[in-house]
Amino acid sequence: MTGRPAGRPLVPAYLSTGGVTRPSRPHMERLTVLALGGEPRPTGLPAAALALLDALEGGSLAVVEAAALLRLPVSAVRVLAADLVDRNLVLARAPIPPAERFDPDLLKRVADGLRALKRA
Amino acid sequence: MAFAPSSAPSASSPHGIHLPDTARELVKILVAGPFGVGKTTLIDSVSEIRPLHTEEHLSEASAEVDDLAGVRDKTTTTVAIDFGRLSLPGGVVLYLFGTPGQERFRALWDDIAHGALGALVLVDSRRIDASFGVLGLVEESGLPYAVAFNDFPDAPRHHGVQELRRALDLEPGTPMVTCDARDANSSIDALLALVDHLISRDPVEAR
Repeated sequence: MTGRPAGRPLVPAYLSTGGVTRPSRPHMERLTVLALGGEPRPTGLPAAALALLDALEGGSLAVVEAAALLRLPVSAVRVLAADLVDRNLVLARAPIPPAERFDPDLLKRVADGLRALKRA
Repeated sequence: MAFAPSSAPSASSPHGIHLPDTARELVKILVAGPFGVGKTTLIDSVSEIRPLHTEEHLSEASAEVDDLAGVRDKTTTTVAIDFGRLSLPGGVVLYLFGTPGQERFRALWDDIAHGALGALVLVDSRRIDASFGVLGLVEESGLPYAVAFNDFPDAPRHHGVQELRRALDLEPGTPMVTCDARDANSSIDALLALVDHLISRDPVEAR
């Protein structure tokens, strides 16, 4: 466990989503992968939405990573990201591609990958 | 363990936090246990990114029985959930979530546990009973798990394996290992004990 980070977040959680409290799509998980959608940014986006787009400039992030970087609750990032997905500003994909959801080899690849990481 | 303000990661200058282009599947394992058992230490020893954390709000009901050291304000009770990441060769990205095990974290627990492969339950052999709560939550959630004793230097050595298994009321097939959470290879071995257990389970009962 860590303590609270020093300093208040830039945007209070309850303001970050513009008052919206539920994500507009149901399947925004902690590990949903977010990436920039490529549409030009419209004017008038809330600061937290801009911060999320900025965070994705260098590459994709999981929802939980975006939440940690922006110092926002995961629930707030879910709402923010879902709104940006609706506007085609952000792309979201499932943590595991649907076709591989029940891939029996996935666990074996996790085990093989862990063994490969071990330093002799 | 807390971030210094000056070195906190910022969205505008990512410190290599973005996912590698090779990332295909993102999976997670819970590193569960009571406060102070070494969850963050284990995550830190193997994570490719400096462990990050999210601030999670606890429900009103849980705030009333709050005994978190350092958390005084009952109306804004939060708990920090640490996580780390390992990009494995082959395109799988493994996330480790440090998950506290008290009953009052149940709603948060269910949210974090959703879709997890399994849980590595850390136990401190100097205070085994502190892990009873987390074992109960894991078993209720149906998450497959392995138990790892974090090897504290002053931990008692006189416990026998069977004695410990009995104290924790473990099923015969549940792996129980000892690890040094500060050591990457030792932590990976503990994670492998869990993953090998997941592989060997009967596919019919797998979720």
